[in-house]
Amino acid sequence: MEPPTESGRFGDFGGRFVPESLVPACLELEQAFNVAWNDPSFRHELDDLLKHYAGRPTPVTECRQLSDQLGIRLLLKREDLNHTGSHKINNVLGQALLAKRMGKRRFIAETGAGQHGVASATAAALLGLECVVYMGEVDVKRQELNVFRMKLLGAEVISVTSGARTLKDAINDALRDWVASVESTYYCIGSVVGPHPYPFMVRQFQRVIGDEARVQCQEYLNGEDPDIVVACVGGGSNAAGTFAGFADARSRLVGVEPSGGAANGKGVAGIVHGMRSNFLQDESGQIEEAHSISAGLDYPGVGPEHAYLAAIGRATYESVNDAEVLLAFQRLCATEGILPALEPAHALAWILRACETGEIPRGSTVMMTLSGRGDKDVAEIMEILN
Amino acid sequence: MSDRTIGPLERPLRAVRDSGRKLIVPYVTGGLDDNWIDVVHALAEAGANAIEVGIPFSDPVMDGPIIQAASVRALERGTTPQSVISELAGLDVGVPIAVMTYTNLIAHAGYHRMAQSLAAANIAGAILPDLPLDEAAEWMAEASAATIDAVQLVAPTTPDERLVRICEASKGFVYAVGLLGVTGERTEVASSALVIARRCQLVTDLPVLVGVGVSNAEQAVTICEEADGVVVGSALIRRLLDGAGPEGAADFISEIRLALDQRWPAGE
Repeated sequence: MEPPTESGRFGDFGGRFVPESLVPACLELEQAFNVAWNDPSFRHELDDLLKHYAGRPTPVTECRQLSDQLGIRLLLKREDLNHTGSHKINNVLGQALLAKRMGKRRFIAETGAGQHGVASATAAALLGLECVVYMGEVDVKRQELNVFRMKLLGAEVISVTSGARTLKDAINDALRDWVASVESTYYCIGSVVGPHPYPFMVRQFQRVIGDEARVQCQEYLNGEDPDIVVACVGGGSNAAGTFAGFADARSRLVGVEPSGGAANGKGVAGIVHGMRSNFLQDESGQIEEAHSISAGLDYPGVGPEHAYLAAIGRATYESVNDAEVLLAFQRLCATEGILPALEPAHALAWILRACETGEIPRGSTVMMTLSGRGDKDVAEIMEILN
Repeated sequence: MSDRTIGPLERPLRAVRDSGRKLIVPYVTGGLDDNWIDVVHALAEAGANAIEVGIPFSDPVMDGPIIQAASVRALERGTTPQSVISELAGLDVGVPIAVMTYTNLIAHAGYHRMAQSLAAANIAGAILPDLPLDEAAEWMAEASAATIDAVQLVAPTTPDERLVRICEASKGFVYAVGLLGVTGERTEVASSALVIARRCQLVTDLPVLVGVGVSNAEQAVTICEEADGVVVGSALIRRLLDGAGPEGAADFISEIRLALDQRWPAGE
């Protein structure tokens, strides 16, 4: 995938729609990221942390039972095996190193399911940064365990009571904090959203998923790329990182959104959170709340690069409902002994459906990014299933 | 100044400024209560030089808790951009009205259509705090074509070279954000408010108004030592949320008017 234009555009999407107070900070960040990304010593330091701290490279696992049942070859990129339990650590280690390099000692983040918050708190603890995590009050309640983990890691967790009290509102309050603290504070956005350079920068930090997976899939598939590459999409960071590795492959790219938060599927273009992208909106342009079983995908927007990939037809975006997700979750547990997070269970839910309808023909090779492990969701699922 | 036309927001503000008096621009959230139009009338009568009407948005990132609460209340009452504009259409309170809102509501309607409908409602200006200069060209062209003054904002973090460009592009007045932070009341005037006003005065002939954090008459006087005037939002909205009504709103703005006029009477 190409880098964005100088004004941070992927086609018509992206940009830097932030209050004037933050414009200089975004420009400074863009400059710092570009220098760091091209600096071998920064890359070496990051690669070293990814290898010896986060546990990369993560393996690709072939699902033997499930593949047999579905009549396809299903490969999983195991981001659930990262330290802290999801792909979020890839981005956070990069941004925390960048914050240190920029001399910012205060590290703030928003979180939905808590995975990005936990990863941020972890990186801050490791690198000696002060960490503040904004989390919607609703999510604080449904992800109690992650809140406690963040506190153990030394982070302050601020419960956000504005708006719908979920991820969108956590981003609003993190932005409000940053407007007031921009001179001393680094804002670590957890997905491929926000003003330029965040969507590009976060994709670059996450592309390790796709770059590794491309090579690993070829080992399984006699040098071939998979027919279909699938990832779940809220803001879309694991999908962006995955797709980046396969953009020039012949593989069909599929992003899977929750049906109650399908910004690419049901949204329209708008300008929120610093970017022009697709958002769920009412007829006046007020942003609507996203609803799904997974807090991590409860975002009414999507990263601008995904809006662009949809517009040019390079990737397609499908949606699944909560019931399909629960079935997919249980099926992966029972057939492969892998407990996925509810977020990547969306990707699997689409695969199960598409195999049934024939959209994925028998004999296809399919690679799916399993973006995180499901331990955080067990209590909620126990309640639902009982 | 020969190469630029003076718009409907700038003209009266410039006239007052040139007379030696200071400017007060109060902010009220459109659709806040049934009587919000009465509040607009009362503010004008109390000596406001222009009135900033907020079109409430679901995700107001430049606003602190008070204006967020006002936005929620207005939205819960069913307020829409169109309902605010319709209620303002044909209103003549003797001073210009500028709308303040977020870019998505303008973009959703379409820049062209929104500029035309603001102009049709006799609205003089528009302030979009999340549309920085680099992204504003298309909107500014549409606003200009519709004779809407598109006000630009500068912040304490704006570098000098950029400050010049923003002041050159701004229409109506220059909105100087007085501190690093979102809207809300503050116990003291931030030193950054005086600094940013002074920096603008050095590079522009437009009226320079400081907003964000201007909480009472005393603070307004302090700021106007450097600025041409103040925008007063949260301090007024808090009173309205507490039930002050049009009279209470007028009393508060009259207090600021009096304090500024005592220090800077006309003709000096």
